[in-house]
Amino acid sequence: MPRWGMAADLDRCNGCGACVVACHAENNISTVGPEEAARGRAKHWLRVERYWEGDFPDVRVTFRPVLCQHCDNAPCEPVCPTYASHHTEEGLNAQVYNRCIGTRYCANACPYNARFFDFFNPSWDKPLHLQLNPDVSLRMVGVVEKCTFCVQRINGAQVQAKAEGRGVRDGEIQPACAQSCPSRALVFGDLDDPESQASRLSRSPRGSHLLEDTGSRPKVAYLARQA
Amino acid sequence: MSHPTGVRINNDLLRPLLLTSWRFYLLVAFFGGFVVAGGIAWGSQIYYGFGIAGLKWPIYWAFYVTNFVFWIGISHAGTLISAILRLVNAGWRRPVTRCAEVITVFALMIGAMFPIIHLGRPWLAFWLFPYPSDRLIWPNFRSPLVWDFFAINTYLTGSILFLLLPMIPDFAVVRDKSTGLRRRIYRIVALGWRGTPKQWHRLESAMQIMAIAIIPVAVSVHTIVSFDFSMAPIPMWNTTIFGPYFVAGAIFSGIAGLLIAMAVLRKFLHLEDYLHPVHFENLGKLLLVMALLWGYFVFNERLVTYYGNGPAEMTVFWQTQRRSFAPLYWTMVFGNFVLPLVLMGIRRFRTITGCVIASLGVVVGMWLERFLIIVPSLGNKYLPYSFGSYSPQPAEIVVTVATFAAMALLYVLFAKFIPIISIWELKAGEHPSPVLIPPATEEHRLGELHL
Repeated sequence: MPRWGMAADLDRCNGCGACVVACHAENNISTVGPEEAARGRAKHWLRVERYWEGDFPDVRVTFRPVLCQHCDNAPCEPVCPTYASHHTEEGLNAQVYNRCIGTRYCANACPYNARFFDFFNPSWDKPLHLQLNPDVSLRMVGVVEKCTFCVQRINGAQVQAKAEGRGVRDGEIQPACAQSCPSRALVFGDLDDPESQASRLSRSPRGSHLLEDTGSRPKVAYLARQA
Repeated sequence: MSHPTGVRINNDLLRPLLLTSWRFYLLVAFFGGFVVAGGIAWGSQIYYGFGIAGLKWPIYWAFYVTNFVFWIGISHAGTLISAILRLVNAGWRRPVTRCAEVITVFALMIGAMFPIIHLGRPWLAFWLFPYPSDRLIWPNFRSPLVWDFFAINTYLTGSILFLLLPMIPDFAVVRDKSTGLRRRIYRIVALGWRGTPKQWHRLESAMQIMAIAIIPVAVSVHTIVSFDFSMAPIPMWNTTIFGPYFVAGAIFSGIAGLLIAMAVLRKFLHLEDYLHPVHFENLGKLLLVMALLWGYFVFNERLVTYYGNGPAEMTVFWQTQRRSFAPLYWTMVFGNFVLPLVLMGIRRFRTITGCVIASLGVVVGMWLERFLIIVPSLGNKYLPYSFGSYSPQPAEIVVTVATFAAMALLYVLFAKFIPIISIWELKAGEHPSPVLIPPATEEHRLGELHL
């Protein structure tokens, strides 16, 4: 049984935001429009956080892509009264939209603020409504949605591998963000396979996890900047 | 100070039931208007989408959950105070118990609305019920929200029983004093009460059992409400002090609510002969004790956080102490601590007016307390990039105002149909077995017994 995880190399991330766009396109994340976005209703399952160090003009900017960390001890899971937020056997932190009644408790309990509430029914600025992904269900008003590690691609690759009578190869599954990252900062893979690239990077001495001290045991490793 | 007895009690306390003035209709229309406005606000929130409320990423709980905790807190007025006073057999409680118990039931009903109002998809609220579903899905018993569901339902059921039981003899009084349709209705709700010694004995036993059973339930309810926050790994939420802190705060705001309700009843139903200054003074002392307890808890919570000096917690700490939430925070400290301490601590100010002013301060302060627990923590949670601020929108404000109007409306209607002061308990001197209840008018003269 695989245990999906990711490694994010902060040395490679240049904050271009391609991962954010790819995530929106792949996962049918509705665009809420400029007014609503200004009110804090934008839903970026993956966001690039920018932090500045030092005083002008000697400023250094650090980018950190933050997505659902698919925690092994996820604070969002036990608090959901309806099991909409739950743990899959492959270690994914899954959200069943149809089961969500919108208490938003999970979003409050998430230390990373990686969960997003749908304040309205989904809509897209034209012509984005023409590029919806048929593999991903739409979310109605009143539910919470979040990064799935592109579970539709994981399942698709597993079905394909099974049909061909083989296991899933390392690197065969690419979430939209990792696929579109021009500098290959995001690496996805099976953390239980010691040979996988994601697993090797996660064990790197540069690696650390975000807000590890909350006890959430996240599965996204961040490789510290050296340059 | 006069002590009305017998026929006069009947006349005074049944007057609001039997005579209806235009003022009653005006009041019902006034409060009803606000309640309808609240209904429209909630309806449009469902129709247009939750976005018309002011919530936003990452502050997903604000006014509605504040109201929820606030009203559940107010509900601790009644049943808990009344049960304790019954158990210690404080004679001065007799005119106070029913108006207290009514607050509990109505405040719980209003409070229990909010977990549904605040849902993204309120039409699916029944998924919280542990009903046998054809897909064999149960609610998640690990979730504090499911604990809430059970705790509040238990408390509501218990409180309604606790309120209804001592009303039976009074229903019988109304039945005997009225005619026509009213008589037929009260005959049904009086459940065949004849006032036989056997019936009195059973009522006494039932009241005793309920008074003992309701106290642990009341304490557990607000502890479980506090678990909604303290179980999540959020700065300033994840703390063990929240259980007792919330229970103390709930009783605190409950007493304040009761004092305001009593003062209003006394003035508008002309109950000056029944609700004496001593009742206010005694409850005022209780308010003073709870203000000190509240101050103690806040001091503990704040000092431990400050000394621990964790970066995430200190961010929230300074938000409330000095930064954007500071005006609200210091208003809360003034209303919850300074004001009741001065007004209730100095004997000269412990009058009815003083009690009402202190209580208004406490009600405002306790509402702010819940708001300041919820919003600053959510808006300043760990990663600075995702900090956010919150301002309420009309939908939330209208719904909040409507809840206060709903409380007033329910209270007006209740006082119209049911004697707001327990007639038989006041007349306990006529009780067939005086051993069970010491008569209020003899040994425990109103005004002579102090806390």
